[in-house]
Amino acid sequence: MISLTSPVRTWAHGWPAGVKLAGLCLATMLLFAIQDMAIQVAALLLVALLYCLPGRVFLRSGLTHLRVLVPFVVILLVWHSVTDDLVLGITVILRMVTAVALANLVTMTTRLTELMDVVRRLLSPLRRAGISTAPLEIAMPLLIRFAPVLIERAELMFQSWRARSVRRQNWRIVLPMMLLALDDADRVGEA
Amino acid sequence: MEKDLARIALFAALIAILGVIPKIALGFGVPITAQSLGVMLAGAVLGARRGGLAVLLFVFAVALGLPLLAGGRGGLGVFASPTVGFVIGFPVAAFVTGLVVERMRMVPPAISAGLGAVIGGILVMYAFGTVGMAIVLKKSLVEAALLNTAFIPGDLLKAGLTGMLVAAVAKLRPEMLPWYRASGQRI
Repeated sequence: MISLTSPVRTWAHGWPAGVKLAGLCLATMLLFAIQDMAIQVAALLLVALLYCLPGRVFLRSGLTHLRVLVPFVVILLVWHSVTDDLVLGITVILRMVTAVALANLVTMTTRLTELMDVVRRLLSPLRRAGISTAPLEIAMPLLIRFAPVLIERAELMFQSWRARSVRRQNWRIVLPMMLLALDDADRVGEA
Repeated sequence: MEKDLARIALFAALIAILGVIPKIALGFGVPITAQSLGVMLAGAVLGARRGGLAVLLFVFAVALGLPLLAGGRGGLGVFASPTVGFVIGFPVAAFVTGLVVERMRMVPPAISAGLGAVIGGILVMYAFGTVGMAIVLKKSLVEAALLNTAFIPGDLLKAGLTGMLVAAVAKLRPEMLPWYRASGQRI
């Protein structure tokens, strides 16, 4: 399955996931607290530098993840040029891009298992209080294991639809998809 | 217990693939991703508690970095982006949808599920989405709500589909709907 982690290994991969997460929380809070545009520009440049350091491949894959923000940047630019407070608009854009880029950076340089470990540690007070966290630890792998299976099966259903009908596939395909998934669940539950 | 857990996990996977598979043309040929349909269905099929947990698991997987959101998005960046409110509202939306469905046992499932989807999957979801967008884009609530209105027609359509799909499940496999079985409405 495609993953959001970086194609290149960077020095940040070695850092403890907990530290990266805590740093991210702190940095994001600071970004939202500071209104000064100069600082926002500096923050964005700093994050951009972090993206450039590991090389071109890393930079390109990082930029791909940021493409989703383009519509919002356009909306904000149009909005604030109409309302005549472009400076505020640009500050908001800078902050949004920096915050998302920074969070993506953590995702790109941290493996899923490491994050799971942090979560397990954060949940340990719950376990001590007598609440079992085992269901979460069972459900997560199930989800990861079955998502590709369901995608494959959906592809098959689309193929059989195309083979039998000239009409385009529509929402009706969701019904068999859902029933089969629930059937699977019952079989997995029994096993 | 294990069966519940498996259903929750598999439904989370179903929501994921509804966002990944090629966009399904809904009715008028407008391609909309079906992910929010998945959230509505989770509540309407599994009920409030299990549906909410299924969607919570899904959001959790997204946060950990799995690219399960529509368009292959995922990771912590989602929670800093303007759509953060919607993602956080997903589990609550499913929960409320399930709550409505469980409370309205006297009406046909198509209506209770459709109405649940409107209340949970649209009202609650957009309340969260609007607050999130207002914070990230620094807009007033009214302005943020305005930016979101463009997507409401598509979601109304999905609420209708939720009603129809759940009615079909109730007819074909009533044992799949815990709340329906409990109501003793079996034909």
